[in-house]
Amino acid sequence: MMPSPTLLGQAVLSGIFIGALYGLLGLGLSLSWGMLRQINLAHFALAFLGAYLTYQLTSVGGLDPLLTLFIVAPAFFLFGVGMHALLARFAITPFNSLLVTFGLTVIIESLIQGIWTADYRRMETHYGTMKYKLGAFYIPFTEFLTLVMAALLSIGTWAILRHTDLGKAMRAAAEDGPIAAAFGVNERRLALMLSGFSAGCAGVAGVCLALSYTLAPAQIYAWIGVVFAAVMIGGLGNPLGPLIAGAVIGISEALTMAVIAPAWAPLVSFSLLILVLLVRGKRT
Amino acid sequence: MKIPVFGWIAIGGLAFAAVPFLQLPAFYESFLYLMCFWIVLATSWNILSGYSGYFSFGHGAFFGAGMYTTATLATKFDWPFLWTLPACALVAALLGVAIGTVVFRMDRLRGELFALLTLAVTFVLATVVLNTKIDGGQGVLLSGVAVPSLLARPSSTFYLLALAMAVGTLAIAYAIYRAKLGLGLFAIHDDEDVAEVLGVPTFRYKIIAFAISCALAGMAGGLHALFISYVTVGETFSIIVPLNVVLMSVLGGSRHWLGPAVGASVITGLLYAFTAGNYPVAGRAAVGLILIVVILFMPEGLLGRLIGKKRPKTAKPAADAKPVAADPAPLRPGPSVASDGPLLSVSGLAKAFKGVRAVDGVDLEVRPGEILGLVGPNGSGKSTLINLVSGHYRRDAGRIVFAGRDLAGLEANEIARTGIARTYQIPRPFAHMSVETNVALTARFGREALDAQAARAEAGRWLEFTGLTDKAQALPEDLNLHQRKFLELARALAARPSLLLLDEVLSGLTPSEIDHAIRTIRQIRDQGATIVFVEHVMRAVMELTDRIVVLNHGKVIAEGLPAEVMNRPEVVTAYLGKPQHA
Repeated sequence: MMPSPTLLGQAVLSGIFIGALYGLLGLGLSLSWGMLRQINLAHFALAFLGAYLTYQLTSVGGLDPLLTLFIVAPAFFLFGVGMHALLARFAITPFNSLLVTFGLTVIIESLIQGIWTADYRRMETHYGTMKYKLGAFYIPFTEFLTLVMAALLSIGTWAILRHTDLGKAMRAAAEDGPIAAAFGVNERRLALMLSGFSAGCAGVAGVCLALSYTLAPAQIYAWIGVVFAAVMIGGLGNPLGPLIAGAVIGISEALTMAVIAPAWAPLVSFSLLILVLLVRGKRT
Repeated sequence: MKIPVFGWIAIGGLAFAAVPFLQLPAFYESFLYLMCFWIVLATSWNILSGYSGYFSFGHGAFFGAGMYTTATLATKFDWPFLWTLPACALVAALLGVAIGTVVFRMDRLRGELFALLTLAVTFVLATVVLNTKIDGGQGVLLSGVAVPSLLARPSSTFYLLALAMAVGTLAIAYAIYRAKLGLGLFAIHDDEDVAEVLGVPTFRYKIIAFAISCALAGMAGGLHALFISYVTVGETFSIIVPLNVVLMSVLGGSRHWLGPAVGASVITGLLYAFTAGNYPVAGRAAVGLILIVVILFMPEGLLGRLIGKKRPKTAKPAADAKPVAADPAPLRPGPSVASDGPLLSVSGLAKAFKGVRAVDGVDLEVRPGEILGLVGPNGSGKSTLINLVSGHYRRDAGRIVFAGRDLAGLEANEIARTGIARTYQIPRPFAHMSVETNVALTARFGREALDAQAARAEAGRWLEFTGLTDKAQALPEDLNLHQRKFLELARALAARPSLLLLDEVLSGLTPSEIDHAIRTIRQIRDQGATIVFVEHVMRAVMELTDRIVVLNHGKVIAEGLPAEVMNRPEVVTAYLGKPQHA
């Protein structure tokens, strides 16, 4: 039995919205993997830390959640810079970076659990009830905001990498560090900035998470698989990739939920990921 | 009296088997059960991932396959519990083999991509299990399944079963570590392409290791299903199982058979200590911190660190190692070659990379006992030709017949065993193996397939021949370029090839080193080998070769005696370009 067109349309919309969050989470991950050769598993934990901070600043500090952006994102930028300054001292393989950042994930998770306990937390704001109506469809404000931020950050990053000298230097350094350095590119500084930007993205994603989702420490792990799928499918280091791939995954998940059953949704994203990996891995 | 390692494993197992008779509170037995359980999981993971470097994040899938096999068979089909365990191993192993058959054929699915792929498989499996009758979304309750009454208390029984599995797993891990299989897996870890070309059946080895690894994990899953007695998809197929086993193995040292067990014991003990002290959250944070510190400061793990210290540090490499004119075992000529026919004949060989015809219809013959020089400008297709003959690349067209045998359809490792060996222009030794092991490896996997002891002796002879005897226990990183080039040579020779493909062995050497190398190559030919000699150093080409073939743009443009061919106008043009006035 086919659901109504309105229901399908709403499913596509909600798919785009969740896809935007996949894309937002994937952006920093993709940049640090593709350009710094670091697989930053702690990106997810950072996003949740950002979400909890937003929750705290809003619920206890009484701040407007959108204002927390201006606190969380710069703070995380600094954290990202610091983290890379530390990691850059060690010649670390991509796989080992995955393990180190897993250690960091566990520490951050414990920290969150220690401060906010393992109970579910939900930030209550007036944004939560704001909805737009577009024809037959409802557009929740918070999710729309996520989409806007994801789009702004992704397109902005793409434009910077593509069209500015800074971006060209970054791409050169990512392609071949020593050669870029020989041409006067300050590889170290660029890497620090990139790592900071990546962490800042995690902060923004955290604010969005807090706006739309219920938080719990264990939720950190729930996002890893599907966001990695978006990053891989979108192409490493491509700033527009995670958003587009995230939207594709989000829509296919939402349609699967609407047409078949909600529980089958993960099958779509991960089958897609496996397919992409197999096609890329094909013998030349 | 020296007790062999297997003896120690058995003694340890028996000692621990006495624990239930101490009548400790069940609590302790459950703790020891968990320790054994993680030892099995981490050690089984290590058999594929630690040894061969294919880090899997899919261990949860195989563990989960075992859990649900027991859950299904014991509750829906009323199998007695113990009988479900072999089924668990089988189901998990089949799953692993199915995945491996597809994935291990893919060149680029290594490292992070393999990790990601196996993780994705876990989630796919989880979704399927959740949405079918296997789970149904409710979880499976095993409280009605009888715990086998091996001992009076269920906790003792569980502990004993887990202990038996841990002992068995350690014995298997050690056996593989010492066997030819282990050597091959470690070679795959360091450089899979080279391993394959030297004769290691990489695909088969990876499949075998994966199957064993999965079977053990599946069995542990089966046992654990009854231990926790309530199986849910969320708990089973989480990312925690793979992350934990990786953490334990890396912490203990993933290049050692005992490493994962050490790591598993440390972490289970640590978590227990913090939990008992009512600081479980702090315990998890401590584990995270330990992981970071270990990876950054001793990436080779606790055991790797300990053993690494014992390795005698070799002195700075000597300026040049003079080859000792030793008398190694003669290389045997190829298997029953018609004495007048060519040893190798190549016809119509072609290979293109994305439209660039690297080798474009090459015909050539190599006669028994000769040194054939293969020359040509950079990019003329010489190295590609070697890669085609050794089977590293699959050809687009043409025939390669070696010693009367068509090499079509043979894998690179099979070609190596027919008696073809090669060296690499930029030496590619196995970085984590001693010089001696590097050489002995080809003796074990080469045509003669020598056993471990004979291979060591063979390696000793070729190390002496190349003047590397005093470097036998050094790691390749301790060698200078000259010595590494000779290591390449020794490694190729230890396979006792009848055809030796030398890819620019002289590049980067000093003039006096070149003189040594030339003498050594002459000696090799005198042992009975046939040599294809790719080289840019013209002096050596002129001195050494009997005949040369000139390649340009993937085609043979000249062939004949060295002095005559190199003066032909078309050859001069290929090297130096057309004269202006022509």
